[in-house]
Amino acid sequence: MRTNLAQLGLTWFVQNAKLDLAADLGATTRFLERGVTDQVGRPKTAVVDADVHNEVPTIRTLMPYLSDYWQETVNSTAFDGADVRAFPPRLPTSTRTGAMPPNGVPGSDIDLLTRQALGPDVEVAILNCTYAVDAIHNPYAAAAVAAAINDWQIAEWLEREPRLRASIVVPSQNPELAAAEIARVGEHPGFVQVAVPARTAMPIGRLEFHPLFAAAVEHNLVVGVHAGGFSGYPTTAVGWPTYCIEDYAGMSTVMQTQVMSMLVEGLFVEFPKLRVAMFDTGCTWLPSFMSRLDKDWKGLRRETPWVLKQPSDYLREHIRFTTNPLDIPTQDMALIRALFDQMGGSEMLMHGTDYPHWEFKAQHDAFMSILTDDEYVDVIGGTARTFYQLSPQAARNSADA
Amino acid sequence: MTFTRPKEDNPSIRATTALVDCDVHTTFPSDKVMMELLPERWRDYHRSFADAYVSSAYPRTVRNAARVDSWPPNGAPPGSDLNFLQEQLLDEWGIGCAILGPLLRVARSGLQNPEYAAAFASAVNDWTASEWLAKDERLAGSIVTPYEDSELTVAEIERLALNKRFVQIYVLVGTSSPLGNRKYWPIYQMAVRYDLPVGIHFGSGSATGAGWPSYYLEDHCGNAQSFQSQVISLVCEGVFERFPTLKIVLIEGGFAWLPPLAWRLDRAFERLHTDVPHLARRPSEYIAENIWLTTQPIEEPKAPYALKDLVDSFPALEDKLMFSTDYPHWDFDAPDEALRKSRLPQETLSKIFHGNAQKLYRF
Repeated sequence: MRTNLAQLGLTWFVQNAKLDLAADLGATTRFLERGVTDQVGRPKTAVVDADVHNEVPTIRTLMPYLSDYWQETVNSTAFDGADVRAFPPRLPTSTRTGAMPPNGVPGSDIDLLTRQALGPDVEVAILNCTYAVDAIHNPYAAAAVAAAINDWQIAEWLEREPRLRASIVVPSQNPELAAAEIARVGEHPGFVQVAVPARTAMPIGRLEFHPLFAAAVEHNLVVGVHAGGFSGYPTTAVGWPTYCIEDYAGMSTVMQTQVMSMLVEGLFVEFPKLRVAMFDTGCTWLPSFMSRLDKDWKGLRRETPWVLKQPSDYLREHIRFTTNPLDIPTQDMALIRALFDQMGGSEMLMHGTDYPHWEFKAQHDAFMSILTDDEYVDVIGGTARTFYQLSPQAARNSADA
Repeated sequence: MTFTRPKEDNPSIRATTALVDCDVHTTFPSDKVMMELLPERWRDYHRSFADAYVSSAYPRTVRNAARVDSWPPNGAPPGSDLNFLQEQLLDEWGIGCAILGPLLRVARSGLQNPEYAAAFASAVNDWTASEWLAKDERLAGSIVTPYEDSELTVAEIERLALNKRFVQIYVLVGTSSPLGNRKYWPIYQMAVRYDLPVGIHFGSGSATGAGWPSYYLEDHCGNAQSFQSQVISLVCEGVFERFPTLKIVLIEGGFAWLPPLAWRLDRAFERLHTDVPHLARRPSEYIAENIWLTTQPIEEPKAPYALKDLVDSFPALEDKLMFSTDYPHWDFDAPDEALRKSRLPQETLSKIFHGNAQKLYRF
């Protein structure tokens, strides 16, 4: 089998020893050719994929975009940018079948990504680069690398493929430096978002983060909170866990922390035009979480007098969530429908494939099946189109820039 | 354990169910009382160093985080006076059994002198036995422990394990490492040896996976995320695989977050099970078997059937939820209000209000 694949000029990474490579090759080929909206009988509508991950292969990729000083630093010292990844490539959850390019970093090859994520029905895909800038403790190095990544994104992603939009990578650990980077590139029409990792050193609703949000709002950018974050502090409320699966599963708790922080700190009162998108959250914790917060706020709101209406109202106005991966039991359609309604319906949810991460297809398909046609149109593109203020003109602008 | 008859003029919910209240908080009437209970060696230590071990990162919006009407007439703190507690809680609501959880410890966010903590825990437990359990048959105790030190905790458990009035081992949710960590396993060994549940209670440590929030509101709601991290740890470290008969009670963490977390862990397990080959079952199976939860603070969704849907979505909850008031705290759940609009069937409510606790704690 390996010999055959080598003859085809492909290298594949076997995620699971039980994989039937021949069968998966066939499945992947079909995936490449079909549209992502493999939903029989649904209205024909252009898809917006609100969660596609582009990744930096190595620091070498960024060299043309680094100053002489930082090039020399890379060449002479052990510095090679962030030494951790939010999605370690070989983790069984990090790469879907067929999405591993020869360089071993899924999402780093624009040709492969375009072929696999930009099917014929995709109007726009929003790139979410999760490069761990916050793992770089030297603030100047962090800022330099972030700037290089953004220049790389402009030159090698946005200007090559008009259907792509991207997220500005920032040194989120230093909100002032982050604001400066947002100001530097924020007017480029291809950037629609600022990427912030979930596990920050302090909750992002805090006053310390205002410069970052102010800059995002000034340049009409969504702030997107994605799984990841390497502040150096323990990754849970109760210290350091032991296993990778705990780190992976625990991300939803930090998403809850961040939503709570933004709501009770009055971030959306300070910045009424602010829009926040949350990725990789799993989603289904949202209804119980909001019930609890709304209830406790009634008793405890004297410390947060700026919160003038119940927190869930601000959430519905300002925050959106993407649909993959979804934490649902796949057999119980009535329950999935009930959860969807409790979450706030199609206005709250944006389709995101989470390419190139593992595709939890059963969950995705079960969820899509409970939507009405109108809800489907919202989820598959309408909600994102509105939230990100996408227009066809922007695609042409980014190609011409 | 006997049950008192509820008062004749109380409404039907009290007449038909003898309530078990799984979360009631007692405290020392004064520092003087506490000092008298400490051995001499620790009295001097306490005089010098007690202030260094105070932990209160987020000031509660009411004093002692208590209902304003729960201060006894003698001016002592809420939960410190037996007579007043009997009157305001046990007699008022026809409570057949109340499980006490003293929220007393000497530690500040990880700073903990283990022997001091152990001496303090012993003093609290002895005080509970003599001033509360000995004086009212309706009361059951929790063994307060210096849980960051497994050896000293084992000693304290062994000291009290055969006293049937103590019905569980007690730790607080804000631990220095997640509770699945092997350093805590000697505690679980004791728990299964003596068939005592381990109660994990809200409190102590308010940091999150993204640092320290600003307000008590976040601290209060944020404990739910701490409980979730503890469940993830207990399951993934294989605590329930190693100790299949271990019973964990999550106290004052809410419960509506449990099914989504179980679904999340199962999904993660689909792809990451090779990270944890010691797990023979799916995470949701361990959760369904080994974890109990007290009801307060109930998430109270607005949609009338949402709580019933939640319990239906994770059927184990029917046998694992146990009613609690959290007396004397400000977010006390009154027995005639809690779950009243939940649309849960009467049979389930009976389990929640007394059946499940009776079975777990073997009253």
